[in-house]
Amino acid sequence: MNPSSTDVRAGHFGQFGGRYVPEALIGALDEIESAHNAAQKDPEFLAELAHLHKTYSGRPSIITEAKRFAEHAGGARIILKREDLNHTGSHKINNVLGQALLAKRSGKKRIIAETGAGQHGVASATAAALMGLECVVYMGEEDTKRQALNVVRMKLLGAEVVPVTTGSKTLKDAINEAMRDWVTNVETTNYLFGTVAGPHPFPTMVRDFQKIIGEEARTQVLELTGKLPDAVLACVGGGSNAIGIFYDFIKDKDVRLIGLEAGGDGVETGRHAATITGGTPGVLHGARSYLLQDENGQTVESHSISAGLDYPGVGPEHAYLSEIGRTEYRAITDAEAMYAFSLLCKTEGIIPAIETAHALAGALQVGRELGKDSTLLINLSGRGDKDVVTAAEYFGIPL
Amino acid sequence: MSTPLDQLFTRTRSENRAALIAYIPAGFPTQEGCKAVIDAFANAGVDAIEIGFPYSDPVMDGPTIQEAANASLIAGTGAKEVFEALAHATALGIPSVVMTYWNPIEKYGIDKFAESIASNSGSGVITPDLPVDEAQPWTAASHSSDINSIFVVAPSTTDARLEKVTAQCSGFVYAASLMGVTGARTGVSSEAKDLVDRIKKVTKIPVAVGLGVSTREHAKEVAGYADGVIVGSAFINALNDADSLDSGIKAVRALVQQLALGVREGRG
Repeated sequence: MNPSSTDVRAGHFGQFGGRYVPEALIGALDEIESAHNAAQKDPEFLAELAHLHKTYSGRPSIITEAKRFAEHAGGARIILKREDLNHTGSHKINNVLGQALLAKRSGKKRIIAETGAGQHGVASATAAALMGLECVVYMGEEDTKRQALNVVRMKLLGAEVVPVTTGSKTLKDAINEAMRDWVTNVETTNYLFGTVAGPHPFPTMVRDFQKIIGEEARTQVLELTGKLPDAVLACVGGGSNAIGIFYDFIKDKDVRLIGLEAGGDGVETGRHAATITGGTPGVLHGARSYLLQDENGQTVESHSISAGLDYPGVGPEHAYLSEIGRTEYRAITDAEAMYAFSLLCKTEGIIPAIETAHALAGALQVGRELGKDSTLLINLSGRGDKDVVTAAEYFGIPL
Repeated sequence: MSTPLDQLFTRTRSENRAALIAYIPAGFPTQEGCKAVIDAFANAGVDAIEIGFPYSDPVMDGPTIQEAANASLIAGTGAKEVFEALAHATALGIPSVVMTYWNPIEKYGIDKFAESIASNSGSGVITPDLPVDEAQPWTAASHSSDINSIFVVAPSTTDARLEKVTAQCSGFVYAASLMGVTGARTGVSSEAKDLVDRIKKVTKIPVAVGLGVSTREHAKEVAGYADGVIVGSAFINALNDADSLDSGIKAVRALVQQLALGVREGRG
């Protein structure tokens, strides 16, 4: 059962999703779609992926109850799903292992990826090293500066990192450049898309590789507390960690699913990346969803302290779940996110990614709203090692 | 329905030659400069004009058109300027179309966009990132406004899919000569002829070849097997390389004259 798709056309989520790409890519997308569908039914593929989860990336990831942090969240019970403890430091590895295995099965020798914060790039470079594939990562020049540590990691892992100097020099432009590479080299190359956006089958396939987060967490929370959480929270840029933890809870109608978008300087200032909160429906990067755009349909540049959320689009399944009222989205400002970032460091001894800090700031709000009898499950999607320079600058810590 | 573009191909086929189709983004190098380029196209022998709608995320375009589109967007080009450029071209009696990524159409309003093309005497629209699977609202709107809907196919397009795409096409089929993005290249890909041959097996609609065509020799080669030769980036390069608009326009005119010879030599 696919609880969130009502459209008979594959790859559509209500009015959202689909494929808006050059004809040159249709064959490759068809090929990936059928390889993915076949793999999902192939016990050998599923066993290989499960083996990698268990022996390489470290699944299942644990849950941690954050009692000291919870004191600041109205006393609500706060449970963290620790995707930050995965090999490479975020949930991105879940998707990448799946897609890289598929690429290898399809006989591709080269993979390309886009990256914002660098986490998907690092995960892709890691999987490429593990499986003996050539790897090229496109990264906005702006992001190569604010996530310099991850650039070095990718290079150490043997990947080529191409700084993208067009447009806003961030994730959006890295995706454009990766698409151009793919149009040119589609015969030899698979594009490892990092999030639940882009043309079909990426939103569905990436979700299928990330939904393990929610499946594990649902069981773990039931074991720990004897009941389902009142709300599940996750940060949303493209939306892959959020779909990953939400998906298995969609059927649990009493569980609120809350996505926290990057509010930047505040949605009212126009300098933000809160696509569902502050955007309108349209087409970007191959799918209909919400996006930040002007009156001529031109994409408007997004702003966020978090490179991984600094994206003017969002996955189509989020747009659909929002439209039917199953999920809620709120914007968290840079300042709110950095407060929550610091609070988690000092109350729990965990340095989160700045992306993830948006979900933690949301937990502070929602916990106060729901009170001390409530339980919140938060996807701790990534660790913050990569963000120490940004955080040092923000908090005025001399380097 | 018969648009000026349809009539053009009837004529060039009777003259046993290919049509020369020239591309320029609206608002490039400036709004007025674009009109001067269009005048040069018309005077020097271009058969049809493509007005580009500059877009923020042009994934089918190489650096030349990306940079031109970006400069045009910074200068404030939007739908109004695109339709102004289209009206300027059609007023000169040249069959003209708009080439645009899909989101600007959707934002403008699908039916309204088709109506504005028609009311400015445009022949149709080329939609490079709209696969036919998603195109039903657009082909319906194009049909209502009696304009051509022109889709792009590529060397990777299967025969079965060519049939499906060309069934929705009118005016001409845009054959991308190679797997890649727009931009001048040293030679025309050998894949182009194979693709055109495959298209001709499934449709009688004219086929025009674009991507990487920039010289008289290229035009001559493509004109040997296709109904139309599309040139874009080479004109932008000519304008960028010139030290003034006037000398840029002169270079554009000279290039058009060469290309116009090329499209007449191909069936020699």
